[in-house]
Parts: sequence; structure tokens; C-alpha cells
Amino acid sequence: MKLNYRLYRKAKNIMFLILTLGSALAVLIPLFMIIQFVMVQGASSLSLDFFTELPKPVGEIGGGMKHAILGTICLVILGAAIAVPIGVTCGIYLSEFRKSRLSKNLKLSVDLMSGIPSIVIGIFAYLMVVVPLKSFSALAGGIALSIIMLPIIIKTSEEILKLVPDHIREAGLALGLPRWKVILFVVLKGEISNLLTGIILAISRAAGETAPLLFTAFGNMYISYGLNQPMASLPVQIYTYAISPYKEWQKQAWAGAFVLMVLILSMNLFARYILTKIKDKKGIS
Amino acid sequence: MTNYNDAKIILEAKKLEAWFGDFQAVKGITVDYREKTINAIIGPSGCGKSTYLRCLNRIHEEIEGARTAGEVLLEGENIYDKKVDVVDVRRRIGMVFQKPNPFPSMSILDNVVIGLRLQGISKRSTLLETAESCLRKAALWDEVKDKLSSMGTSLSGGQQQRLCIARALAVNPPVLLMDEPTSALDPIATAKIEELMNEIKKDYTVIIVTHNMQQAARISDFTSFFHYGNMVEHGQSSNIFTNPKEKSTEDYISGRFG
Ligand SMILES: Nc1ncnc2c1ncn2[C@@H]1O[C@H](COP(=O)(O)OP(=O)(O)OP(=O)(O)O)[C@@H](O)[C@H]1O
Ligand SMILES: [Mg+2]
Repeated sequence: MKLNYRLYRKAKNIMFLILTLGSALAVLIPLFMIIQFVMVQGASSLSLDFFTELPKPVGEIGGGMKHAILGTICLVILGAAIAVPIGVTCGIYLSEFRKSRLSKNLKLSVDLMSGIPSIVIGIFAYLMVVVPLKSFSALAGGIALSIIMLPIIIKTSEEILKLVPDHIREAGLALGLPRWKVILFVVLKGEISNLLTGIILAISRAAGETAPLLFTAFGNMYISYGLNQPMASLPVQIYTYAISPYKEWQKQAWAGAFVLMVLILSMNLFARYILTKIKDKKGIS
Repeated sequence: MTNYNDAKIILEAKKLEAWFGDFQAVKGITVDYREKTINAIIGPSGCGKSTYLRCLNRIHEEIEGARTAGEVLLEGENIYDKKVDVVDVRRRIGMVFQKPNPFPSMSILDNVVIGLRLQGISKRSTLLETAESCLRKAALWDEVKDKLSSMGTSLSGGQQQRLCIARALAVNPPVLLMDEPTSALDPIATAKIEELMNEIKKDYTVIIVTHNMQQAARISDFTSFFHYGNMVEHGQSSNIFTNPKEKSTEDYISGRFG
């Protein structure tokens, strides 16, 4: 009787282990399949030309996506230039004035904002920027990307600053320092590298977005730096090439997907590496 | 017995009360502090000493849900008055907290001079001089003089506490609140801090919370005994420790409870 019961309990344990392990694998398998698939297909289509050449007309072999790589970099920088100052300031407000009524409402809005589908953000930027200016533009794309980045930057900044213990703020205030100086030179000063992590995460998320750029920055086939002109980007270029009927273009799309994925994964890993180092230092898990 | 009646009153609490939410931690304290004296606050753990002290420089209100009532007069002016600039109050009433709280990600030197630097003093020689003299007063100079650029948080608990004392001294406040500044220190460092208090007494007024009865008797001019958020007794230390009026004071001093 006793033995039976013990066996039964052991069996339950093993069942549970198999179940959890199975679910974990079920999550990992698609991830590795995607990475492997893109790697095999993309790496075989990749050449140096991909980084240094512009697209060739249909039918001609070769060419690259130099313009789209540069475009993505420009759009992401533009988006970050808008989102970082606003987002970090907003995060400071949420953390340092958390008692205020506005703070509580703002927090809810930020949560809602991060749930907005990116295609809707694209449409919004289209209506607000493209329609009045009567042209697809890098500016519209940058604004759309900044709206993607904002909630991520706000949330991470808020959480990072909330980890700074209150007694540090009290120490600063007790020295007779005005609150804004305590926030900037005592609270924020030690957290700059941590804030950077949140910014990198936001940028890597925005760099891979297609939907917000489809009808804002739109895309083109040459290098252009004009804010009021359409600008190419890797995700849109990949999309355009992937749905084309031409074999050559489809191969280019794979190469583009591979480059984009490596770019985003490495940014993510870098950010996470900094984060774990910070957490080790602070002794939080 | 010393006669303090001629000394000017610099700080006064009037019916001072403090709450955490619904919980009243300080229950109406009225007392005055004379200029250039050392004033000890003693009492059992949890009786509201820290909370009371934190009301005297308006740090208590920084805690969510915390509030105060009553008045604190600094040279006759109520620091809780709406017209008063709280930053100015805290510049004139310095504080050493119960738990050492050096600024992380700041060097030992920066920890000491940050107050001055953010007040706009940037001359390096002035800052270095102040740092050295304050670290010396806090009996820490010899231990850190060769590593002023290491992190403040890399010091031991007792060293951190002395760093915080140096930091508070650097901005030169006429009134200094000290919450158990020597509880983490060895006898030698404790003696040095007591020496420091006797030294700065020439110019400053010190209010110190301590669990060390001998210390209170040794260094303080006046002593208050706190119990359950009330001030049970206040008077010249020479009286309180030899001839307490209240039974509970006597019990506490003689170690029968607390
Ligand atoms: N942040 C807080 N929130 C709620 N209650 C608090 C808080 N801090 C202190 N208290 C309560 O207020 C009362 C007084 O606390 P206080 O820290 O002033 O005591 P103390 O006399 O300084 O004690 P100790 O000698 O242990 O430092 C205690 O009953 C404590 O539980
Ligand atoms: Mg205390």
C-alpha cells in the first residue's frame, strides 16, 4: 500500500516534468527553426554586394540593399531622436512623481499604448503626417517608429529608476538639494547605462517593424536622406521583394531577412547582457 | 550645573505630531533646543525617535502616506509654513540617517563634496580642502585618503556611516540631526565622533538619537526620553540621568525595560 502510493507520487512527478519540459521545447523549436531556416536561405543568398550595391533592375543578377540598410539606420535614429527624450522624461515623471494623479493615468495610457497594433500606428502617422504633407516621407516613418519605441522606453526607464531606493533620494534632499537636482545628479546619474539598455531594446523592436513604415516612409530604390522624401528600409524592402514573382528578388529578400535578424538579435543580446550585469551588481533577480 | 538660560533658542517643536497613514508615531511633542548644545533623544526601539527627528527637517513627508501636524520653529520661523522654502530648511538643518546611505555610483570624494558642488562651488582646491577637513572630523580621513576615487559603497558599514557624517558636515548646517550615528562603530571611532560633536558644539546645535545611555550622559547637555510617541521627560542630562522625575524614565535608564 505504502509502496504503491510512493510509486504513484513518483509517476506524477515524472509526468509533470515531461509536461513542463515538453512545453519548453515547444516554445524553443519554432524559434530555432526560424533561425535555422533564415540562416540557411539567407546566408546562401548573401554576398558583399548586398551591403555595398543598390538594387539591380529585374532580370539582372546581383545588386544589394545598401539603400535599405542605410534607410533603416536613418529611420531608427530619427525615431529614437524623438522617442528617447520624451520617453526618458516620461519615465522619470512616472517614477519620481508616482503619487500624483497624472502619474497613475499616464501609466495606464502607456500600457494601452504598448498594445496598439503597429499597423494602426502606421495609419495614424499616415493621417497625421503623410496626408497633410501630401507625400510619403522619412519623417512620417520616423514618427511612426517613435510611437512604437515610446512605451518601451517609458516603461523600462520607470522601472529602472524605481529600483533606486528611496533612502538615496532622502539623502540628497536632506543635503538641501532641490528635487530636480537630486533626480538628475543623484538618482539618474548612476542609472545611465541601465537606461541605455531600455533604449536599445526599444530600438531593436522598432528596427524590425514593417507595418508602420508601409504607408509612411514607403520605400524607394536609391539612397535618399531627405526627411520629406520616401526612404527605404530593410523590413519594407524584404516585404516588397518577398512578394515579387522574381526568383532573384526572393533570394535578396532572404538575405535581407538574415541581416535584419542578426542585427536585431545582437542588439537584444547586447542589451540583455548589460541588464544581467546590472542586476548582478545590485543583487536583484 | 551649567546655566543655559542665556543661550538663544534656535529650534522649537510645538505640538509636533506625525503619522504613517492612520498610525500615529509621534504624539504631540513640545520642546526647545538652545543654540550650541548637544541634545540627546533616548527611548525604546520603535517609540518614534527617528520619525520625530525626520519631522525636524521635513524628510518625514517624503514617505508615501506620511504627514505631520504642529509647528517646528527654526529661529522663530515655522518651517512648515507654506511660505517657507523646504530646500532652504534642509540646507540649514543637516541630517545623518540611521542607516548609512552613501550615494551609489559616486566616489568617496564625490559623496562628500556633492552637496557643495551642486550648490555651484566648482573650484577643485576648495572642494578638496573641504573634503579633507570633513573626512578628518568624521575620523575617516586616514582610512580613505589613498582611495578617494573608489566607490563610497565599497566601504564597510561603519566607514559608510562616517562618510555620511562627513557629507552632512560639508554643507555646514547650523543644526545637525544625527540618528544613531555611532551604532555601527567600534569604540575608537565612536570616541572620535563624540569628540567631533564636542568640537562642533562651538558653532552648531546637535540633536542626536542614541541607544547608548553612557554616550547620552557623556556628551549631551539635554536629554529627552521618548516612549510610545510621547516625550515623557526632557531636561538637563545631569538631572535626567541622576534624578529622573518619571518612573518610566528611571526604569529605562536603569535597564529595567526597553
Ligand atoms: N515607513 C513606515 N511606515 C509605517 N510605519 C512606520 C514606518 N517607519 C516607522 N514606522 C512605525 O513608526 C513607529 C516609530 O518608528 P521609528 O523608526 O521612529 O522608531 P525609533 O524610535 O527610531 O526606533 P529604533 O530605535 O528602532 O530606531 C514604529 O512603531 C514603526 O513601526
Ligand atoms: Mg530609529
